[in-house]
Amino acid sequence: MDLLEYQGKQLFARHGLRVSSGHAVTTVEDAVSAAEEIGYPVVVKAQVLIGGRGKAGGVKLAAGESELREHATNILGMDIHGHTVRTLWIEHASDIASEYYASVLLDRSAKKPLVMFSVEGGVDIEEVAEKTPEKLIRHHVDPLAGLSRAEAVKIATDGKADADVIDGVADALVALYEVWLEEDATLAEINPLIVTPEREVKALDSKVSLDGNALFRHPENQGLSDSENEDPIERRAKEEGVQYVKLDGDIGILGNGAGLVMSTLDVVAQAGGRPANFLDAGGGSNAEKIKQAVDLLLANDAVKAVLFNIFGGITRCDEVATGLIAAFEDIKPSVPFVVRLDGTNDVEGRRLLQEAALPNVHAAKTMNEAAEMVVALAAGGQG
Amino acid sequence: MSVLIDENTRLAVAGITGREGSFHTLNNQRYGTNVVGGVTPGKGGQDVEGIPVFNSWAEAAESVQPNTAMIFVPPRFAADSILEAATAGVELVIAITEGIPAHDELRVYNTLERERAGGHCTRLIGPNCPGILSPGKANVGIIPASFFKEGNVGVVSRSGTLTYQIGNEIAQAGFGCSSIVGIGGDPVPGSSFVDVIELFENDEQTELIVLSGEIGGSAEEEAAEYIAAHVRKPVVAYIAGFTAPAGKQMGHAGAIVSGSAGTAAAKAQALEAKGVRVGRTPTEVAEIAVTQLR
Repeated sequence: MDLLEYQGKQLFARHGLRVSSGHAVTTVEDAVSAAEEIGYPVVVKAQVLIGGRGKAGGVKLAAGESELREHATNILGMDIHGHTVRTLWIEHASDIASEYYASVLLDRSAKKPLVMFSVEGGVDIEEVAEKTPEKLIRHHVDPLAGLSRAEAVKIATDGKADADVIDGVADALVALYEVWLEEDATLAEINPLIVTPEREVKALDSKVSLDGNALFRHPENQGLSDSENEDPIERRAKEEGVQYVKLDGDIGILGNGAGLVMSTLDVVAQAGGRPANFLDAGGGSNAEKIKQAVDLLLANDAVKAVLFNIFGGITRCDEVATGLIAAFEDIKPSVPFVVRLDGTNDVEGRRLLQEAALPNVHAAKTMNEAAEMVVALAAGGQG
Repeated sequence: MSVLIDENTRLAVAGITGREGSFHTLNNQRYGTNVVGGVTPGKGGQDVEGIPVFNSWAEAAESVQPNTAMIFVPPRFAADSILEAATAGVELVIAITEGIPAHDELRVYNTLERERAGGHCTRLIGPNCPGILSPGKANVGIIPASFFKEGNVGVVSRSGTLTYQIGNEIAQAGFGCSSIVGIGGDPVPGSSFVDVIELFENDEQTELIVLSGEIGGSAEEEAAEYIAAHVRKPVVAYIAGFTAPAGKQMGHAGAIVSGSAGTAAAKAQALEAKGVRVGRTPTEVAEIAVTQLR
């Protein structure tokens, strides 16, 4: 679960990291009152979960009210790479002497937390890692021990932070590790971590991803995330507890198990089709869940044909068939379906479907055959 | 032979008194797995269809000496149950539970590593995995055993249903499996492809290894390096997720693509560069495997 900049900064502040004081607002008038409270000059920052907002004109400095009104009006509602700006973060502008970089993330390969630090902040860190790897300090932490202050001082020193801010950087690293650990984050990143002319070390931006599986430990974090900018079907799927990802094709896909569904997308693409979504009905799907899933699939108007690819393990094919038949009674889909049922109770499932003789539902024997059929049906309209 | 589980397996199950836990435990028992006990705190002294239930892993270990643990408890209790089984001396822990926090998995993995350095040896498979099946010998987990028969193909996979798909196609071509091992799709699995491939390489029954991977992480790339250096048996691979868009998470927590590393194309390339044949579809994987076996 990715957080907006200001949500990440609020977590930072909770753990003692220095951030500029600010307010999240959704209207120009609220932006003006926020700025008056904080004091000019202020920075107006678009809150979207996508990079490159500065270049897109989503971050502006305002010296006074007229400038602020102009920028807030322009940025609210702006489209940044497909994300609509609904929230602005207004914070007091900071004077900057240096821009550093700091992050803590879960290194899946080493199976340890990784702390990274560089004095080359404010730029694309992947570029620093590629062109001048010696300027990016990587330090693996023993998760059973945590990050000690001595380790943090060494990271700051090895990274060649200015001598008079080694302590400040070490404090920031320890606090950032605490954010990562105590909030169950998979990523906590600050770019840039700035040093002010007064030699204060502050987080000017934030990028935080929280582990959705750990939210039961953090009820206070449950309301975070950018739900307003989510695709409406994806949001509905999430509320219903279904794994759904919208894609830009025209073939609706439903399967059971993430691996099999990903594989189905690939096989459809290889057959020349374009999947409209990823939908994992999950293990042990019952008839009710299948009905719900059909509803979700068809909520996307772009869908011209649907492929059901089920290999039953815990999932029983007769339950899937029952769910599909019930869904047809309720929804009466206007697009053709291709159904491939294999695995637990497959004979019974196929018999149920055959007896129901649903309009425009085609049975396929194998996954490859199913993919070819659905691609042909999508291309040929009503099939 | 087979790997990890066989007729000598003595299984105990954490969460045996739950609905899913009891259903699959009894299923495993019907297959022929020797189920010696269950663990549910507060329900010690009860039984599930004659299988004795204990309050703790220590009690179970003392009374019925399990050598394999299956974890079926809810996510928030799973990490402690895994570590408790390890402390009680159980050699193999198979965690089926889905949705365990990544930080808990990290703690479990590093604790087991530290204990291994001290000479104590517990192997973890999973979490978020379908378990292990050694056809004709034992089944621990939720793999539908009827689709597989005994044979000489070793299968290791990050995904459950995809494994059934590939295994079923191999079975229909007349071949069987030595063991099917689901390592799970989470960011910090207890065992990697490399760990299981090493077991298959040393297993007499296994003549060919099928690796089924997916986008995210670098486990497939690491497997490619290991295979080139240490494996003489033929390996056939499949990677799911060629059409997955960057930055989108598709079900498995492990299956998230960000940037170029970790894509299906990069993984297939890494494996092919080390001489591993990669099938473009599950069907093609089975076809390649069958050609090599004939």
